[in-house]
Order: sequence, then structure tokens, then C-alpha cells
Amino acid sequence: MRDFVSLLETLDRARGQRARILALADHFARSDPADAAWTVALLLGERPARILDTARLRGLIARSSGLPDWLVELCHAHAGDLAETAALLLPGSGEGLPPLSILIERELLPLARRPLSEREQAVLALWSRARADERFALNKLLTGGWRLGVSRATVVRALALHSGRETWRITERLAGEWRPSAEAFRALIASEEERPDPARPYPFFLASPLPEGPGALGDPSAWLAEWKWDGIRAQLIRRGGTSAIWSRGGERIEERFPELLAALEALPEDAVLDGEIVAWSSDRPDSFAALQRRLQRRRSPRRLSAEIPVRFLAFDLLERSGVDLRSRPLDARRSALAEILHKSSDIVQISHCLDFDQWERLSALRACCRDFGVEGVMLKRKDSPYRSGRVRGDWWKWKIEPYTVDAVLLYAEPGHGRRAGLLTDYTFGVRGEQGQWLPVARAYSGLSEDEIVELDRWLRRHTLKRFGPVRQVEPHFVFELGFEGIAPSTRHRAGLALRFPRILRWRRDLDLAAVSSIDELRALLRH
Amino acid sequence: MRLMEEPLIRRDEAGLYCPLGGFHIDPWRPVPLAVITHAHADHARPGCGEYLAAREGEALLRHRLGREARIRSLEWGETVRLRGVRLSLHPAGHIRGSAQVRIEGAREVWVVTGDFKRASDPTCGAFEPLPCDTLVCEATFALPLYRWPSAESVLAAIRIWVEDCARRGMAAVLYAYSLGKAQRLLAALGGSLDQPVLVHGAIAAINRLYEAEGVALGDWEPLPERRRRGALAGRLILAPPSAAGAWLRALGPAETACASGWMSIRGQRRRRAYDRGFILSDHADWPALLATIAESGARRVLLTHGQGEALARFLSERGLSAETWLTTYEGEGE
Repeated sequence: MRDFVSLLETLDRARGQRARILALADHFARSDPADAAWTVALLLGERPARILDTARLRGLIARSSGLPDWLVELCHAHAGDLAETAALLLPGSGEGLPPLSILIERELLPLARRPLSEREQAVLALWSRARADERFALNKLLTGGWRLGVSRATVVRALALHSGRETWRITERLAGEWRPSAEAFRALIASEEERPDPARPYPFFLASPLPEGPGALGDPSAWLAEWKWDGIRAQLIRRGGTSAIWSRGGERIEERFPELLAALEALPEDAVLDGEIVAWSSDRPDSFAALQRRLQRRRSPRRLSAEIPVRFLAFDLLERSGVDLRSRPLDARRSALAEILHKSSDIVQISHCLDFDQWERLSALRACCRDFGVEGVMLKRKDSPYRSGRVRGDWWKWKIEPYTVDAVLLYAEPGHGRRAGLLTDYTFGVRGEQGQWLPVARAYSGLSEDEIVELDRWLRRHTLKRFGPVRQVEPHFVFELGFEGIAPSTRHRAGLALRFPRILRWRRDLDLAAVSSIDELRALLRH
Repeated sequence: MRLMEEPLIRRDEAGLYCPLGGFHIDPWRPVPLAVITHAHADHARPGCGEYLAAREGEALLRHRLGREARIRSLEWGETVRLRGVRLSLHPAGHIRGSAQVRIEGAREVWVVTGDFKRASDPTCGAFEPLPCDTLVCEATFALPLYRWPSAESVLAAIRIWVEDCARRGMAAVLYAYSLGKAQRLLAALGGSLDQPVLVHGAIAAINRLYEAEGVALGDWEPLPERRRRGALAGRLILAPPSAAGAWLRALGPAETACASGWMSIRGQRRRRAYDRGFILSDHADWPALLATIAESGARRVLLTHGQGEALARFLSERGLSAETWLTTYEGEGE
């Protein structure tokens, strides 16, 4: 475990991507392949099953530190991280934990299936065996949360540097569900390809937000436009007898969408399709919230599939009958896609191109996005290859302007991670019928670091009441919030909640009189 | 009916006020008579009619308040009568000259700790535990998350970091309060490095005040104005946190670190964007707060500095009367 802990400390200190890549490559060179495999898996977001939930872990921390529960809870709010809270509160220091792969495979993974009391005993025993400086990493493994600020691209480049292989090769080998083991790590950095997994997806090509209007893109005839669907990006794979559906997060999700799997198996030939899964009702896209209900269940019961039907809107063809098409131009890939899908069911269908010859026409189409239930338009260069990752230049997403509301800051609580200890989670409200303040949204991002610090200072001095970590503050500052939509909510007193709210501007120029009314928001709800 | 005795200290708009003695302690507005616990800016403000402070800190207070300020100083433990109360000052161990204020009325003794620490510090007198009925106690780091590692281990880590910077041809810039923390670091580190520690001008001015009173600060030099390229590689440079920015950029390749109690928490370390964080505080940590409160024997505890709610509840659950007092003291700066 020591090597892994010192890697974490080095990564924590490393300034810039280059330093992180060097630290990682160095670590891979010194580690046993089984341990290196787990390091890769953890950095890529693999989480060993959570062994205890937050409340029980806090209870154990209280038990072994001798502190009351409420105080452990307050410490958690202050540190912003449960793993760190435990590391700082537990007394003493043990003789040390085994190497990462052994700890995870022989101790943590088998533990997940044991009864609760046994898991609690095991956690207490692990805590007393761990050295003080190992506890933070151990707790991160126990709580299943891990944000190290190391991107996938950084891991890939470190592996490439360590092994001398090309980054694209590493990226492809890591695509899909990569299971950590000594063999898998050796195969990851090997020069020769072993027999590839037939279910393996390609790395997704991601569009970038269009920074200004499309005018800068030049001649409209070089570009193709599609709706930007409000669903989840997915790849449908059919190779030999294998069928798989992959989310962009690298998860296999075919069991959640049995109707898509059936349609995929009915395709005339082997193929890999890229597109968007969208909830669908009465011949138009349904809300993202509806689709989320399908995603929450690992297997979709028939009742739910009937209640919330979905469609796959295909916009690219990456492979056909065993041939990798990614280097061919987009319009060629789209023609091949149309051939494959021309007899397909309604469930898998092509995402049609929008008809435009001038940017003004596309702009007008985009203006009616909301009527079509989509969130903007995609712009793709007709001769573009299918690249890997977020590469600017060929694919752009041009989203609709968000709705905006002027709201007042009502509650604040400390953030997590980098923002621990600062009040950065805000609740905003609008004016109710009787002039009272009604909370309608929580938002975190959108302020500069200086603004956050300044606001934190003000909030601490203008706290009216405290509920645990949450502070009710003087209604005083007005913020312009952007949001994507509005949904009825039983959780909020206002009876509605904003979707994807974010802070657009701190409106110091506005006072409380400018705050929007609940009626303005209700009008949007009916829209 | 018997009249309730007036409390020895209450809060008014200027700060902590002793009505029977007619003075304020560390007031944040000008008052006729101010008892000052120590010379940090949030405790010692200009504009008062007269100041009362510890002899050990007089020169530092003079440096802060200017030539015209009327300062009367007391030896440690020397008692003066101020109208209806007896007052004495006792070492608090926070920085040089930092004092606890002991106030004795007809029935009760109150002690105001000011900022304090229990760890040893070669630049100032050690904290003196004082029995009292009511303790007005700072609560800057009043959560059990804050437990300081030994100063020796932190100083050893700083030395290793400086050597590491030397190997990579970088200067090692350590941010620390120019009054107190910087001198504590110099006194503890100055002799143990290969070359003298370089210090920012703000720190040099205060170093001279310390040395004039015979406090040994080891080998240090003011940062030279003109220097060869790369001359600072491997040198430890002390600077106040406000020096970040253009001053730092002019030094050439440098790693930065901060020595503060706040560096205990990872998120705070990361947010400050220093390369390294060393946990070294001039305040009491949680165990020291509990020990100090217990040793005082106080039945009532009033907590200042903002973070006291948790400690107040913790003490209340253990049968003490405890509450927080809102003050403008900032505790350990960031």
C-alpha cells in the first residue's frame, strides 16, 4: 500500500499535467503489474463496491475516536471528505497494509458480500492495521469515492510513456470495461495485440461547445447539422454472435435497454453504431428525467420499458462487417449507416440531417429547438474522420441559450474536495405570492475563485441561523442563474425545480426588488 | 433581593469590555483604555487613548502602533488595580509578548487567553495555566480534525523539502506570518541549514526587534535586491503570504509552501495552490484546547474566533456552561 500512498501524495503535489504523467510512469515502472493494474483502474474511476454507507462509517468513526456522532458529522462537513475525516480523527497508527492488489482482491472485494456486522468489524480491524498515512487511501477505497484530478488522457499518456506504445493503442485497449489484473496490465502495455474482446467499443469522439456563432466555420456546405438529442451517448456493438451497448462512461448498459438489444440483434450485418439513447413518447423526445428512471435500474422491468419507451438515434457508423471505418469521411460513413438502417425498426433509427444552406436558416431551426424537445444542434464537418476523445475543430455542439432567472441567495453550505471549508454550495430562491422567499435551485459553479472567497467571508458574517453545516443567510445578493428547463417537484416548497441550474453572473447591480417571482417560473412550467 | 454581580467582561460594540475596570481587551474600535494580548493586527488596533500590554511584547506593539501611542507595560504576573478589579498578564505562548489577561473581581476570577499555543516556542514565554471561574478562550482550530504533529517532525520535513528543491535547482519559498511564525521558524531552523535563510523585508524589520531583545534567530539575511541568475536555487526564503504575485515571480524558479494549521486539511491545501503545506500553527489544537479548559477548572467557558460552536456543544454535554462570542479576531491567517 505504501507505493500507492506515496503516488497519491506525489500526484497531490504535482503541478501541471507533465508532472503527473512523469509521476505515474515512474510508479508503473516500479510497481508489480497487479498493483499497477489497480492503480490504473482506480484512476479511471473504477470503484470497489462501497463497503459501508456514509452514516455507518460515521458511526464507526465515532466509536473508534470516542467522539459524539454530531461532532463527527460536523468534522465531515468541515473537511468536506469522509475518508479524510476518518483519517484525521482515528487515533494511533498500525504496522501497515498489504500491497494494493492484495488488499483489494483478497480483503475488500470478498468483504462486500459479508453481513453488515462482519463488515463493520473488518473495517475497524483495517483501521487499526493501517499506518496513519495509509488511512486516507484506505478510506477512499472503503467509501468508493475517488477524485484525484487525473484525467483519462493523463493515465493514457503515462502508460504510453512507460511502455513506449502509441497513445491511440493504449486508448483502444482501455476502451470499454477494463478489468484490472496482472495479465490485463501486461496486455495493456504489450507490443502485440492479443485476441481482442468482440464486445469492445471504440473511444468516443466528443464534440466541443461552439464558442461563438457558426459564421466562423466558413462555408455552410462543408458542414452537416443534426439535432442535439437530450439523452445519453451510446455505442451499439454487434460482432459475430456478441451484442453490447456501451455508455460513454464505459459501462455496459444493454440490460437496461432490452428493446434496443433486440433491435440490434435484428440488424442485417455486423456493425458498430454511435448515437444517442433518448426517452420517447407520442412521437417526440421525452425529458431527460424520464430517461433517468430507465438508467437507475440495472435491469429494466417490462412494465418500465412500456411506460418509458426509448429510441436509439444513430448518427455514425464506426465499423461494418469487420472493417474499421473511422478514418473515412463522415458523409461516407453516414451513407453506409443509412444503408444498414433503411429496413431497421423504429427503435433504432437514423438521426436525420437538418436541411440548411445558410447559417441564418440553421440559426432559425435552432431557435425552435424547444418545440422539438432537443437541446441544440450539432455541427460536423462532412469530411471529418471519427477521432478519439475531445478534439476541437471537426465536431461542435451549438446548444440553445439557457433560460435565466434572477434569484436571491438564501442558504449556503461548505463544498467538498478542493472547495472544502469554503461556502460554495448555494441555495437560491425567488419571490412567492406573499412576498416570502421560495427556494428553487441549488447551484455550485459559475463564480471565480476570488468571488467565492469574497462571498464566503460575507456569508459567514451575515448568517441568520445554522442547521448543521447549512447556514441561512441574509437575503441580499442577487444572482442570474441559467437553467435548461423546469420540472414539477414535490421536494421544493415552490412546487417546481430548475434543471441544471448554474450561476451565470453575480448581479451586484441588482437589489432584492429585481428578484424574479414564482409566477414567472410557473409560466415556463406550462410552456 | 440581592443584586446579581455584573459579569467581569461583557461584549459591547467595541469588543470585550470590563465594566468594573473600565477597560477593553483587544478592542476593534478606539476606546480610552485598551489591554492588548499581542501585536497582531486583528488584536492591536491604533487610535486608543492608552494601551496596557506585556513588557515582553512592548517593542512589537510600538512597531505596530507607532511612536505616539501611549503604552504602559507590565512584567509577567505583575498586578495592577484598575478601578474595581485587579489585573495581571501571563504568557500565552502564541508569539513573543502574547499575554493572557487575568482579571480578579470581588467574587470571581476571569481569564482571557487571547491567542495561545501549548507547543514550545523558543521565541516566547511558555503558556502558563491559570485557574479561574470563567475562561474566555480562543477557538480558531476547535475541531478534533486539528491535531498538530510534533514541531520537530514538521521542521524535519521542511529541511528535506529545501534539500529536494536544491537538487532540482529551485528556490524554496515558505510563506509564514511576518510577526511570530517567521521568527519561530528561524529560531528553530536557522542553524540547521547549510546557508543562511533569506527573508522578505517585512520579516527582516521584525527580526531586528526580536534580536535587539536577545532572541537568537539563527543565520538569516535579507533577500538581496540584486542577485545573479539562479543564485537562489536551494535557498530557503521566508515571506509573508501577501508577497505572492509579482514578488514571487521575480525570484525565478521556485516552489512555494505554507506553514499553517490550515494545512491539516487536504482541500484547503489544494485550494491555496501552494506546492507544499506544512502543519505548523501558533494556535492551540483540539487536544490543547480541551487540556487548557480542563486545567483552568473554569465552570464557564466563552469561546471567541468564530469556530467555537462545536466546542461549546461538546463542553456543554460534559456539564460545563459554554457559549460562543462573536468577535472580529481572525485567528490564523491563510
